Amino acid sequence: MRELKLMKGNEAIAEAAIRCGVDGYFGYPITPQSEIMETLMAEKPWETTGMVVLQAESEVASINMLYGGAGCGKRVMTSSSSPGVSLMQEGITYLAGAELPCVVVNVVRGGPGLGTIQPAQSDYFQSVKGGGHGDYKLIVLAPNSVQEMADFVELAFDLAFKYKNPALILSDGVIGQMMEKVELKEYTPRWTNEEIEKISPWATTGKGAHRGRNVITSLELEASEQEKVNHRLQAKYKEIEKNEVRCEKFMCDDADYLLVAYGSSARICQKSVELARENGIKVGLLRPITLFPYPVNEINALADQVKGILSVEMSAGQMVEDVRLAVNGKVKVEHFGRYGGAIPSPGEVVEALKQKIIGG
Amino acid sequence: MAEVLNDIIKPENQIYGKSEVLTDNVLHYCPGCSHGVVHKLIAEVIEEMGIQEQTIGVAPVGCSVLAYNYLEIDWQEAAHGRAPALATAIKRLRPDRFVFSYQGDGDLAAIGTAETIHACNRGENIVMVFINNGIYGMTGGQMAPTTLEGMKAATCPYGRDVSRDGHPIKITELLAQLPGTGYVTRQAVHTPAAVRKTKKALRKAFENQKLNKGTQLIEVVSTCSSGWKLTPVQANKWMEENMFAFYPLGDLKDE
Repeated sequence: MRELKLMKGNEAIAEAAIRCGVDGYFGYPITPQSEIMETLMAEKPWETTGMVVLQAESEVASINMLYGGAGCGKRVMTSSSSPGVSLMQEGITYLAGAELPCVVVNVVRGGPGLGTIQPAQSDYFQSVKGGGHGDYKLIVLAPNSVQEMADFVELAFDLAFKYKNPALILSDGVIGQMMEKVELKEYTPRWTNEEIEKISPWATTGKGAHRGRNVITSLELEASEQEKVNHRLQAKYKEIEKNEVRCEKFMCDDADYLLVAYGSSARICQKSVELARENGIKVGLLRPITLFPYPVNEINALADQVKGILSVEMSAGQMVEDVRLAVNGKVKVEHFGRYGGAIPSPGEVVEALKQKIIGG
Repeated sequence: MAEVLNDIIKPENQIYGKSEVLTDNVLHYCPGCSHGVVHKLIAEVIEEMGIQEQTIGVAPVGCSVLAYNYLEIDWQEAAHGRAPALATAIKRLRPDRFVFSYQGDGDLAAIGTAETIHACNRGENIVMVFINNGIYGMTGGQMAPTTLEGMKAATCPYGRDVSRDGHPIKITELLAQLPGTGYVTRQAVHTPAAVRKTKKALRKAFENQKLNKGTQLIEVVSTCSSGWKLTPVQANKWMEENMFAFYPLGDLKDE
């Protein structure tokens, strides 16, 4: 049954995973996301839904456990935070290369290096441009509330299986740690092994008498064959760009200026829009919900309407490059960010807008 | 003479044949390499146990990266060293399936050391087949974690110097100490008798998986004629004289 609860974003991820029929979670503790595995271990879903939960010896192991599980057609996920997700990049490119559906959650913290345990958005490039080697893309979802932390688990699995591609939930320490009201969905049973045979006939479920062997691999020794694999992947990414862009507009209809922000920055910018409007500046906010595929057309259309755009991120300026590509020189685009664990205030954003865009 | 032979070569007289679990693909391995024999033994064990449709193999990175071309079962090809992590998840999510990893010395005892030790320590109910030829074959004969002291390789052309390169690692002895491992043995395939013993060990390991007896580790001390720059016959002799002295054959643990 549907339930209303007050939860942390991290707890919501765990609860949603159990409820939407996830088969396996494999992870390694790291702040600020350890509540995800802690919640799963406390809930003991192996006694109810049959979900497997395992603490691996490293993020390297946990992402490769995803490969093994996803290769069997199972719904498997992991979660980590920035340094741990860096360790996972090898596994992620193998998953993308072998076209395996799975879900990775990154509750981002400040970097580089060991950095800080405070929230940041400085893993944007790693997430949307391919943090590992080779030409590949992840489907990247950016929640900005505890509700979306819960809802995006199922959405990420749906998209991952629709396109046979790893999906990433790019969250941050704010969304992971803050508590909000969340409506939890009803329990969906896990897929049976018979259902998996039908849903994912490519999976290594044990070679039935009715088919040849299934092989999960990302290896093609012949360049001509590997190029074909790449063509297939690129065609798939185009399809994803065509079908799966998601974004939200806030007070854009009459806006003279536009803020672009995702995740917790978008929450801050919502307040900045209200502050600016109290001061007579008509500002709107576009919040990309999918970071790949990016809302290129939506931003490009708004560039015809507004006089300037400020990209607001808790980074030194990563997403701003995609905003500029989308705007393609139509209007001025600048970046404003606090980073290394610092969080901008709504007032700081308005000031930056005035200085960098309106006055600049 | 031909007539006599034709009289002999007929199905009812056949006492040996290729396992149906082996595909018809031509092996890419060099003459004298142990991989082909071990592949054949695994295929025969799978066939004799009647578990072809329930077995999932995990291939490594190394010479046996293409193992999935030779056994007609479902396979996953892992990143270098990560096969035990894949096998862990496969077995936990499909406990009704037989799961084995097939790994070389670089894969199992260097880059994948953490995955190997922790899979064994958790007592994952899988079979690990470990091919130890003391060299990196696929990349062209570089030093392996199990390369013997003084043994020459592309990255230790004057021989392994333990003061610089560290000592060859007896990973099987290490793993045998972990409570998670069940049957741990070291075998070889250089003589018909050794081949029979290795097959027996593989059969026992797969039977033990059925009984949930923890991680089953079968090391096969192997030859690499190309990497060792020896003929197949010389390689077998060199292995007996040098490899077996440091890596003695036999069961290390049987629980």
